[in-house]
Amino acid sequence: MTRAVISAAVLLGALGIVAADLAASEPLNPFRAPPLLALGSGQAASGAHCAAPAR
Amino acid sequence: MTDISSPSAGRAGRFAARSGLILGVLVAAFAVAAMAGPRYGLLLLIGLGFGMALEGFRFGFAGPWRAMILRREPQGLLAQLLAIGLVALVAFPLLQSNAGELSGAHAPVGFAMIGGAFVFGAAMQVVLGCGSGTLVNAGSGNAVGALALVFFALGSFAGSLHLGWWTGLGSAPVLALSGMEGLGITLAGLAVVAVVAIRLGTGGSARLPRRLVLAAIAIAVLAILNLIVAGQPWGVVYGLGLWAAKGAQAVGMEVSANAFWAAPGNAERLASSILTDVTSLTNLGILGGAFLVAAWRQGLSAPVAKLPLKAWAAVVVAGLLLGYSSRLAFGCNVGAFFSGVSTGSLHGWVWFAAAFAGSFYGIKLRPLLGLEPRQ
Repeated sequence: MTRAVISAAVLLGALGIVAADLAASEPLNPFRAPPLLALGSGQAASGAHCAAPAR
Repeated sequence: MTDISSPSAGRAGRFAARSGLILGVLVAAFAVAAMAGPRYGLLLLIGLGFGMALEGFRFGFAGPWRAMILRREPQGLLAQLLAIGLVALVAFPLLQSNAGELSGAHAPVGFAMIGGAFVFGAAMQVVLGCGSGTLVNAGSGNAVGALALVFFALGSFAGSLHLGWWTGLGSAPVLALSGMEGLGITLAGLAVVAVVAIRLGTGGSARLPRRLVLAAIAIAVLAILNLIVAGQPWGVVYGLGLWAAKGAQAVGMEVSANAFWAAPGNAERLASSILTDVTSLTNLGILGGAFLVAAWRQGLSAPVAKLPLKAWAAVVVAGLLLGYSSRLAFGCNVGAFFSGVSTGSLHGWVWFAAAFAGSFYGIKLRPLLGLEPRQ
């Protein structure tokens, strides 16, 4: 077995996660998306981060 | 008769394959931007950049620490310090002047945090891959990295379920440096570590090769872009735990009943698509970017390493520990060390000391677990 097989399995797995998640999560709405850049947006950072305690 | 068409056909084939790779990446980023919003498409591109830089320049965390401990070669560690210092130079003023829009990787120091970092340092030496390294290894076809990644995600999710109990053992308030004074202290701290590494290193080995300088600059630029675009620093662990949490939810587990996932920010992430989650997008990008470079270099035809069953079992356990411990430690080498230190968090420095100490034990464990020949 070559690394190509492992790589393909990993990428297919990642695509599978995205596809399953798209089916199960709230529908995407690009018209309600935040501005391109957080810097200068006037909006508070709202993403989750590994260093942030549960909030 | 001599076949003179083969070399040119080979070149044409490579050109077509490489063009296809670039096109595929651009289509993926455009699709995410169109479906979710332009910020998310850009974050996927930033993640791809991380993956390409890490794999392309062979820049990492576990390997250089191993080189420093085993062979007293400080160059890789110095490149990490250089990248962190470059990010700090930009991040500190940005965080100070835009506190409402940008946030640092700030977390409390505590017993579980220190223990988690120590275990993470040991486990990352067992699989020779940290948070970003496991993603890069998996994307470039390394079977150890691919297996570790699956259990990393599961471990991170398990850690999130128990995080409240662990932090209840005791932790200090969040302590973070800020402003120009904070930047000065951070740069001085990085310089002290660099001097110690050079002093401990073998003679004449302090000069950084061009590859590592370029790598440090590339990673720093991407990390700054991550902060500017997402409003938060580069991270890895949260996204992996989120993927496993969504999987658990899909098979009927009441994840939202857990205190960690019931918190408003995490509940929102659980309900929303991972295509709107910052660390998920950069993680996906790292996988894709590492694959891109490996395919570009035609490095995917190499055979997968043959290891004994004991070694694969060790990879499973180490993967679980990587995920679990990094959740308790409020990040891995990226979210805690790289982003924590470069945005002023004390926990980043403590994480570095604890994980480096853990690395000594991980290096000793690796041959015992069948992952390399015994000396």
